[in-house]
Amino acid sequence: MENRSFYNEILTEHNIHPEFKHDLPDADIVLEGVNPSCGDDIFLKLKLDGDVIADGAFVGDGCAISQASADIMLGMIIGRKKEEALHMGEVFLKMIKGEATEDEIESLEEASALRDIAHMPARVKCAVLGWRTLKEALGNKEEA
Amino acid sequence: MTFDRRDFPLLMGTDIAYLDNAATAQRPQCVLDAEKDFYEKANANPLRGLYPLSIAATEAYEEAREAVRGFLNAKRKEEIIFTRNTTESINLVAYSYGLSHVKAGDEVLVSIMEHHSNLLPWQMVCRQTGAVLRFIECEMDGSIDLNKVEQLITPRTKIVAMTQVSNVLGRVNPIREVADLAHRVGAVMVVDGAQSTPHMPVDVQALGADFLAFSGHKVYGPMGIGALYGRYELLEKMPPFLTGGEMIESVTREGATYAELPYKFEAGTCNAAGAVGLHAAIDYVEQAGFQRMHEREVALVARALTGIQAMPWIHVLGSDKAEEHSGIITFTVDGVHPHDISEILASDGVAIRAGHHCAQPLLKYLGHPSTARASLAFYNTEEDVDRLLASLSTLRERMGYGK
Repeated sequence: MENRSFYNEILTEHNIHPEFKHDLPDADIVLEGVNPSCGDDIFLKLKLDGDVIADGAFVGDGCAISQASADIMLGMIIGRKKEEALHMGEVFLKMIKGEATEDEIESLEEASALRDIAHMPARVKCAVLGWRTLKEALGNKEEA
Repeated sequence: MTFDRRDFPLLMGTDIAYLDNAATAQRPQCVLDAEKDFYEKANANPLRGLYPLSIAATEAYEEAREAVRGFLNAKRKEEIIFTRNTTESINLVAYSYGLSHVKAGDEVLVSIMEHHSNLLPWQMVCRQTGAVLRFIECEMDGSIDLNKVEQLITPRTKIVAMTQVSNVLGRVNPIREVADLAHRVGAVMVVDGAQSTPHMPVDVQALGADFLAFSGHKVYGPMGIGALYGRYELLEKMPPFLTGGEMIESVTREGATYAELPYKFEAGTCNAAGAVGLHAAIDYVEQAGFQRMHEREVALVARALTGIQAMPWIHVLGSDKAEEHSGIITFTVDGVHPHDISEILASDGVAIRAGHHCAQPLLKYLGHPSTARASLAFYNTEEDVDRLLASLSTLRERMGYGK
């Protein structure tokens, strides 16, 4: 019963009523992210203003975890500098691997609602889909 | 033996409701004992040594072959080839029979509901030979319209490959009728028996099957052992699939003459302990009786379908009749992705499968990117079904939808 609470209100709310799941016609970057084995499939759309992510959105299908995680991510990165967003992605990945400190998890704000994924290896791919796509979209090749 | 869940140590040692039997069944104690006994009392390399232990191993292995022959009602023991599983059995037919009998311009016919293991080998054959792969599309309820099959079978058709029971829909396909249509134009009928052999008597002669593949682990036997039935006259003319040890008569520097059937197709040291375990599983199933198992499965599926009817947000694929499901209930839930369904059910101790069930073309054809599947066996209980229903009834609320 431990993960009965896993589908918490934050997660289900972002899944059912996503704030950023819509088209973004004037996006500068559009990148597809796919988890072939589960069928999660999103298109991440970003609009940049120099170094800053001015706006962002996503469209697609997938499980609640993949959709909510992408929605939460966009809420956190819009208005931030690219490098800040990428840093958040790294901390998020650490959290999912169960390697993040409490302070780091706290810094992830709403995304910390997904911390229990660390105990659910089969769902890690779902949780990181949005963040992984973001990293690719921002062209952070040297670290990939 | 009790012929219910008490014979299955894993089920007695866990409190999960195991409803993923179409993926792999559990094994009864007698199967576990048979494998262990082989290694403890008869282990030697079969078919090779001349000392008593190897002869005992050979006898155990060959008795298992005879058991499989009887299980499928094949005419001759030599028509049974041990493999690892259904996938390997079908690949054997595709590489050996397919590549040597199919030419450019020929056609291979498969149904849209095939498991990937009865599709990809035929895609390979068509790619390598220049033949055309054609699809028999089922009706939306999963049934096969024989008129459509008749139209698709032409003098160019060389192979018709079809599953006897779909692993998504659970419905029994009219193999005999399709085989008759195939034989009329001289094509061979390849049958995937992976999902039928656990649920019904399978008679390769009555079905008109030229080849039939199945897996031990789905009929309560061990993993890593399966079999291919092939009609003697066809097997005899086919080239080997794998070459090397055990499958030869004599070898020179330049070449080899191959062993007689079935050994020509059993290269390398065989999985004798697995075959012995499969023998025990066949004995178990035959003693339990398919009729009795079928009645149990139908009763459990009926209970599940009735419960699901009270939840209009759940949609079941295939027939609405319990007896047309072979224990398989594949479904979708409005607004809840199958992986989330499976996750929530798992947290209630109910084990089901979610995804594409290795049948992506079928799901695409039916319009579902992925689905959830509960699959029942005779050893499941009313309590297992009730736990499934109880968990399903809370799904939407737990995913944040109002009651």
